[in-house]
Amino acid sequence: MAWTWFHRLGSPPYIYSLAARLTPWFAWPAALLILGGLYGGLIYASPDYQQGEGYRILYVHAPSAWMSLMVYTTMAISAAVGLIWRIKVAHAVAASCAAMGASFTFAALATGSLWGAPMWGTYWEWDPRLTFELILLFQFLGYMGLRAAIDDVQRADRVSAVLAIVGVVNVPIIHYSVEWWNSLHQTASVMKLSKPTMPFDMLIPLLMMFLGFTLLFVALLLTRLRAEVLSRERSAAWIREVVSA
Amino acid sequence: MSLEEFFAMGGYARYVWPSYALVLAAIVLNIVWARRALQRARTEARRRVAMKDTT
Repeated sequence: MAWTWFHRLGSPPYIYSLAARLTPWFAWPAALLILGGLYGGLIYASPDYQQGEGYRILYVHAPSAWMSLMVYTTMAISAAVGLIWRIKVAHAVAASCAAMGASFTFAALATGSLWGAPMWGTYWEWDPRLTFELILLFQFLGYMGLRAAIDDVQRADRVSAVLAIVGVVNVPIIHYSVEWWNSLHQTASVMKLSKPTMPFDMLIPLLMMFLGFTLLFVALLLTRLRAEVLSRERSAAWIREVVSA
Repeated sequence: MSLEEFFAMGGYARYVWPSYALVLAAIVLNIVWARRALQRARTEARRRVAMKDTT
């Protein structure tokens, strides 16, 4: 049957061993792409005609911001799947996302602040994009706090899923904030439908970083998912096999 | 470009380098956290299995 693969994805032992097998296939390309992107961003790409060398913060700032939105979207979608179809593994995916999301949202805000200081003359401005990204950080922290406050895992799954799903409205708001409002923040150069407005040597390292961060996210998620699945299964026989190996 | 020029980042060194350090720290921390979470879950599961064997 064409649907068996989908059902197997909901099976904890299958997911556990699949995640273990897949992790290196994401982790190593991620490492290579990020190292290449760092080299490209710091050395290969030419200086910006307005911001000189200062614009190189872009190569760590934009991928972190991308990561924050990607992680939140993944968290909200898997929470919805878990809530609607009562798939335990989907809830485990959502729960695995939060700490990653919070740390990269913080990194996006902090690097943005360090970039804003020399270019805008301020470390912080209550600008729409900055403000909504800060709210995203609180959403991740709130999600983690909520889960930590509820002892029963299944109840924590359901309650936190609702919070994650409601909060997903902030993702398009952050993405389009620079177009909807007059913002200090520049508009998109890469993440848009038309062609990127950037010279080739500046663009390539940035694309490597975006792809590298995406693969890194998958590798981290797979590892955290294994931990989450293992701790959720109380008495299943398959656990005996994996831990004695 | 000399090494000194590279580290100076055209006068933006005190903004550029902390940014890179911060994001690299976030990456390393996330790797450490994820691996530690898995290690802890495995230890915990092993303990549960052993407890079941004795009772």
